[in-house]
Amino acid sequence: MLLIHCPWCGPREEVEMQCGGEAGAPRPADPMLLDDVAWTTWLRGRRNRKGPQVEAWWHQAGCGRWFLLARDTRDDRVLGSWPIGAAPPPDLGLGDER
Amino acid sequence: MSQPFRLATGGRIDRARPIAFRLDGRSLQGFAGDTLASALLANGIRLVARSFKRHRPRGICSCGPEEPNALLGVERGPGRFDPNSRATLVELVPGLAATSQNRWPSLRHDLGAIMDRAHAFLPAGFYYKTFFRPQGVWERLFEPAIRRMAGLGRAPDRPDPDRYLHRHAHCDLLVVGGGPAGLFAALLAGRAGARVLLCDEQPEPGGGLALAGGRAPGLDGGPAAAWLARILGELARLPEVTLLTRTTAQALHPSRHALLLERVADHRLEPDPRLPRERLWKVRPRAVLLATGRIERPLLFPDNDRPGIFLAGAARAYLARFAVPVGREVVVATTDDLAYAAALELAAAGVRVHAIVDPRPEPGPLARLAEAAGLPVLSGWTVTGSDGRLGLAAARLAPVGPDLRPIAARERTVPCDALLVSGGWTPSVHLLAQAGGRLAWEPECAAFLPAAAPERVAVAGAAAGAGTLAEALAQAAGAVAALLQELGAARPHEPAPAVDEPARAPSLPPWALEAVWRRDPTAAFVDLQNDVTAADLELALREGFHAVEHVKRYTTVGMATDQGKTLGPTALALVAAGTGRDPAELAPTTFRPPWTPLGFGALAGVARGDLFRPIRRTPLHEWAEARGAVFEDVGNWKRPTAFPGPGESLARAAARECRAVRTGVGVADASTLGKIDVQGPDALTFLERIYTVDLAGLAVGRCRYGLVLADDGTLLDDGVVSRLGPCHFQLSTTTGGAARTHAWLERWAQTEWPELRVWITPVTERWAVLAVQGPKARQLLRRAVSDVDLAARAFPHMAWRDARVGSVPVRLFRVSFTGELGFELNVPSSHAADVAETLFRLGPDLQPTPYGLEAMHVLRLEKGYILVGHETDGSITPLDLGLGRLLSTRKGFLGRRSLLLPEHRRPDRPRLVGLLPLDRERVPPPGGQLVADGKDPPSGPSLGHVTSSARSPALDRAIALALVRGDLAEPGRRLRVAAADSEPIPVEIAAPCFLDPEGARLRG
Repeated sequence: MLLIHCPWCGPREEVEMQCGGEAGAPRPADPMLLDDVAWTTWLRGRRNRKGPQVEAWWHQAGCGRWFLLARDTRDDRVLGSWPIGAAPPPDLGLGDER
Repeated sequence: MSQPFRLATGGRIDRARPIAFRLDGRSLQGFAGDTLASALLANGIRLVARSFKRHRPRGICSCGPEEPNALLGVERGPGRFDPNSRATLVELVPGLAATSQNRWPSLRHDLGAIMDRAHAFLPAGFYYKTFFRPQGVWERLFEPAIRRMAGLGRAPDRPDPDRYLHRHAHCDLLVVGGGPAGLFAALLAGRAGARVLLCDEQPEPGGGLALAGGRAPGLDGGPAAAWLARILGELARLPEVTLLTRTTAQALHPSRHALLLERVADHRLEPDPRLPRERLWKVRPRAVLLATGRIERPLLFPDNDRPGIFLAGAARAYLARFAVPVGREVVVATTDDLAYAAALELAAAGVRVHAIVDPRPEPGPLARLAEAAGLPVLSGWTVTGSDGRLGLAAARLAPVGPDLRPIAARERTVPCDALLVSGGWTPSVHLLAQAGGRLAWEPECAAFLPAAAPERVAVAGAAAGAGTLAEALAQAAGAVAALLQELGAARPHEPAPAVDEPARAPSLPPWALEAVWRRDPTAAFVDLQNDVTAADLELALREGFHAVEHVKRYTTVGMATDQGKTLGPTALALVAAGTGRDPAELAPTTFRPPWTPLGFGALAGVARGDLFRPIRRTPLHEWAEARGAVFEDVGNWKRPTAFPGPGESLARAAARECRAVRTGVGVADASTLGKIDVQGPDALTFLERIYTVDLAGLAVGRCRYGLVLADDGTLLDDGVVSRLGPCHFQLSTTTGGAARTHAWLERWAQTEWPELRVWITPVTERWAVLAVQGPKARQLLRRAVSDVDLAARAFPHMAWRDARVGSVPVRLFRVSFTGELGFELNVPSSHAADVAETLFRLGPDLQPTPYGLEAMHVLRLEKGYILVGHETDGSITPLDLGLGRLLSTRKGFLGRRSLLLPEHRRPDRPRLVGLLPLDRERVPPPGGQLVADGKDPPSGPSLGHVTSSARSPALDRAIALALVRGDLAEPGRRLRVAAADSEPIPVEIAAPCFLDPEGARLRG
């Protein structure tokens, strides 16, 4: 079981959390302006990266906050986590992820 | 009752406490402190099992968790039976009854032994090659027969009477393994003030040091035992150090999550009912040191599996700990120095050592000590085979040439009752590999050693390849210092103790003597438990299985309950050699938790019976119970199915309840419906984006039914939005969708639209909900509810009002899931039962009828109201359901864009329809597939499926809802529903609303 560092509560067991999957681009402000390809690319497109990946997690059984977390998909190492809207900690090896 | 193989003195057993036990009904005796294995050996019992496939006689060969042979059924009283227990780890307690396995009628006369003669016809992959046809015969004929013949112990047939507990623990440093390296590491960390947890599998710490006898290395200028006692004494005095014996580290998961299994009760001579049997520790250490030691390798030669063939280190342990010499006339065959210590210790105990054969021309100094003690050391010799029937009678020995080929002409047969073998050692790297560490082949050790460890995990001692005790202790000191530094703790400066031990010459791996096992590969076992021989491996290679993982699965090598702990590396090396590769080019097969088998009881802990999962009861549960409700599980909830009267069936009760709602008034407990309170200046903006319907025009005091879509356009949930105030809403969700919908709202509010000022609170448990439905609902409520005008004009359908029942404030919603005039009372939970009883007390003449889930489903089905999860399945859109009227065109909402995609507009998308069976009494089963009309047996593609069905009391006939291919969905078309065990059911497509389509009753 992973130990997930909630930016508000500190390290907590994975069972307290729900993973919301890969954090992608922000939702387009007005999807109706997009053509089908642009819309479905946003809707379904995932990088599914091998290596550091940014994910959204929800501390459901704790503070109830969503936050962002970088995890290395190769070995499940949690690299860091930060609140929504905040900048990721430097040196997470995220490349051009954000 | 004598113990012919027990010495009069020595060992760490209590000779004052004899313990009676049984093997296959035979009464035997051992002493307190014995294991089942040591007690059997003390009694001269070698033969304890028959092998898995070939039913060959097998005996105890090791002294620890790696034991491949000595698996026994162990009974410790009624219901306390464990199959496949390793005799080497079972501690002897009074009344213990062991039974041998996989033999019939008895161990000595096993009819299954015919399988050994037939082994030529049972090669690797035999089952795959033989039983693949004819189809179906495998399940009916072959498999049951083979399972009777092969296999291990029988499963317990009674509930486990024992208790098992889980414990969570945190520490700075977890040390796995209580050998010298682990103990020394724990001591250093403890002295530095760290919180240390040390676990060791054995009853007493000390590892190999405690199991070595007179030839154990000296430490700090004194005997090993004195050093051990000193260290254990100091560890006991350190307040932050916890030492757990009989505790096996079963798993080390990523992010340093360790599972330890502590055996608490089984070994106690006087049972203590307050104690659990086992305790599963879930440890979150900040750092981990693995000092898991090493496992000795047996040699590979024909008939290397006879009872009486022991690992040399195990023979030392039986002598040192239990005062049991494993034989009286002993031969030692080794390719490693430490076996000489075994020979010296046994000789000192009065055992005759007939020969020590070692193919190495230049063994280490221990060999010279053995020679000096007068033991017959034969350098440049090896073991080539063994003789005997049910046990070892003689060893065959021969000199080897410079090419390590045995010289047959000079082979000698030496009678003996024990053959000690040693082919070097395999570091125990299992936990490191489980945790994601990397291993690399180290030619010098001929083994996989740790190459890279996860963060704050280190390996030290024999597990890290240390060949000497001095090296092991130095590694432990170094590893602890590095780990403590990473934790920011003080770095201990402690010199490792001086070690007095002989130098060691390099050992030779078991597979180096290829010419030996080639004399009969079909009897040279590389997996004793699964009966896999060198010949089986060669066959797999010949048949084209070259990857280690393929060879493993094809031959089952290393797949038994011991997971190939003793001979695993040998199998890998044979695969490498057979394919012309270096072992370094191969990766070991995956090490998966657990390290040793463990029982389900420990994993389940207290989560059994009533505690298996949480049960949710509504505030009206007792009320419903008192009214005769029969409950069913809905998720974790208990909900009333129906309220049958005396002698009334559930189906009749549900039909009666339906009629009551349609003609009078029914009262149901709808408390499980999810309720979410949404407040804030931007609550309206937020909900407008979530719900498909327009909410801007929703006045305070009014309600609206809406849908929640995923952004791909599929239906997530549905429910009623009620406006409590300008900036205050209450949402209802489905019972099963309450948590999901809350998560959905939070996610959007927090991640995409954090600028919206909105607060979301699930309030499901805050309110009990009484649904009061039926043409007489208003009449009933008038008597109970005050502070509200119930007249249709003042209180229309889809409105809500604050009201009172007596002194209890309630929220009254005029909503209906039945199609009748109806209300839902939201009552503060603590007053729910009172309010329910008030309704019944005030309306006896109206005969309010409690109704359950079954009636609810029939009533909504008659109206064609969808139920999320029945009519939807995660792929269904509102367009499929014919709910386009609920899609606002005025605003953007989640899912709207996707509904414009061509895929969602295809004419053959599923379409919700009603079904009327031509035979009014035949109810099509939910999930039944729709097929074309006609007389032929159903075939071809499915045209859709039944989503809900029932017999409708109001229509006096069977009805159903179905999703059918949209281009076939016109009313009047005939289809059939395929049924599993009867003729297809002819149906006619109808509109999905069967009753009062205009909704006149609703608005009454």
